[in-house]
Amino acid sequence: MDKISTFAVISHIFQREITLAWRRRADLLSVFFFFMIAASLFPLGLGSDPKLLHTIAPSVLWVCALLSCMLSLPRMFAADYADGTLEQLMLSNQPAVLIVFVKTVAHWVLSGLPLVLVAPVIGLQFSLEAASLKVMAISLLLGTPVLSLIGSIGGALTLGLRGGGVLIALLVLPLYIPVLVFGAGAVNAVSIGMSPNGGLSLLGAMLAIAMVFSPILTAYALKVSLE
Amino acid sequence: MNDMASTAAANTITANQLTIDQLACVRGERVLFKQLSFALKSQQLLYIQGQNGSGKTTLLRAIASLSSPAAGKISWNENDIKALAEDYHGQLLYIGHLPSIKDDLTTLENVQFNTALSGYAVSKAQAIAALEALGIKRCAHLPARVLSQGQKRRTALAQLWLRNTPDNTPLWILDEPFTALDSEMIATLTAHIQAYVQAGGMVLFTSHQTPDFDADLMQHLQLDAANG
Repeated sequence: MDKISTFAVISHIFQREITLAWRRRADLLSVFFFFMIAASLFPLGLGSDPKLLHTIAPSVLWVCALLSCMLSLPRMFAADYADGTLEQLMLSNQPAVLIVFVKTVAHWVLSGLPLVLVAPVIGLQFSLEAASLKVMAISLLLGTPVLSLIGSIGGALTLGLRGGGVLIALLVLPLYIPVLVFGAGAVNAVSIGMSPNGGLSLLGAMLAIAMVFSPILTAYALKVSLE
Repeated sequence: MNDMASTAAANTITANQLTIDQLACVRGERVLFKQLSFALKSQQLLYIQGQNGSGKTTLLRAIASLSSPAAGKISWNENDIKALAEDYHGQLLYIGHLPSIKDDLTTLENVQFNTALSGYAVSKAQAIAALEALGIKRCAHLPARVLSQGQKRRTALAQLWLRNTPDNTPLWILDEPFTALDSEMIATLTAHIQAYVQAGGMVLFTSHQTPDFDADLMQHLQLDAANG
């Protein structure tokens, strides 16, 4: 047998995540439709006052994105933990931190990226103009990976616990607050004619910090969960 | 089936050593064992015996570096396994109670992924050959969810046929490898493990059945006795 490179190992892990998600499309779609439906309920419930919709749009979309990301977190490591794959992942010849990072990226591609793509369409229901829609998409593009990265820590810490789902929400939601504040804040800034750059830069900074520290914490939490 | 193992035997065997020094493991409040020390070399087979709950799995998991012992040191070729980390992980093959099999992947995909994870490429032909040795070739393209318990177990054991060169994988840690297997398969597996050890591998395993290995290859470790 031939030895394969680090890149080949991680691309195997990534491909497997995508294949598994594809074979269980229902799980994936439920998260996606939750976002679409929850966000669409607001215009229906609040009536057609464009000014009101316009004002609440950024926060509604961001809160819905946050909640739908939460929905998929318990699944991030739970299945691997239950069937023993997690043990083998931890015994791979690659660093655990790298493996955790790949799994988090796969989680984002499967649960965060679809939201980024569909958000502008949902934004139209709230009569957001083009400039706001663009900033909405950019803020979600920078913010949703942070949600996956922070969420992976919660998912790893609650492995094997009963009622883990609720516990994840309690652990992770407070950490999501800054992402929500600056994400929705950036879109709000555009709608009142200010520059969104401040909020977006802070989201970018959070993403950079989360990318460095969250895989380390998650890998450690997974090792503790396996003991 | 033992081609790779016998080729490795022809080459010079790199001698590896696993040293367990004053190891203690605790489960909850209970001390499972303490001051456990032993050393194992290449071409040795260690049969860990003990009653249920005597700490066999805990010991194997500690040696596989999946859990940290309460006290003591485990070294691989004189280096602490904690410090070796991935370098050590790449050399060992651990098969525990959980099969590491995804119901939504086919048997073949499961086998190929599990080998890739350890850093080795395995071709479709090699993976199928391994499944054939285990008598589950016809299940290769079936999703793992339709497999029986014994077939799932065999799928997990396929790694033993793929990572059987002591040069690449000098250490096997097998927790109850014989469970859920029929008597014919037990004989095949026993012969396979023995061939790997003779080729220069090192094996630690637990079992409740008395395995039929050459007496001069096999070392014994009785955990209840160590516990006192």
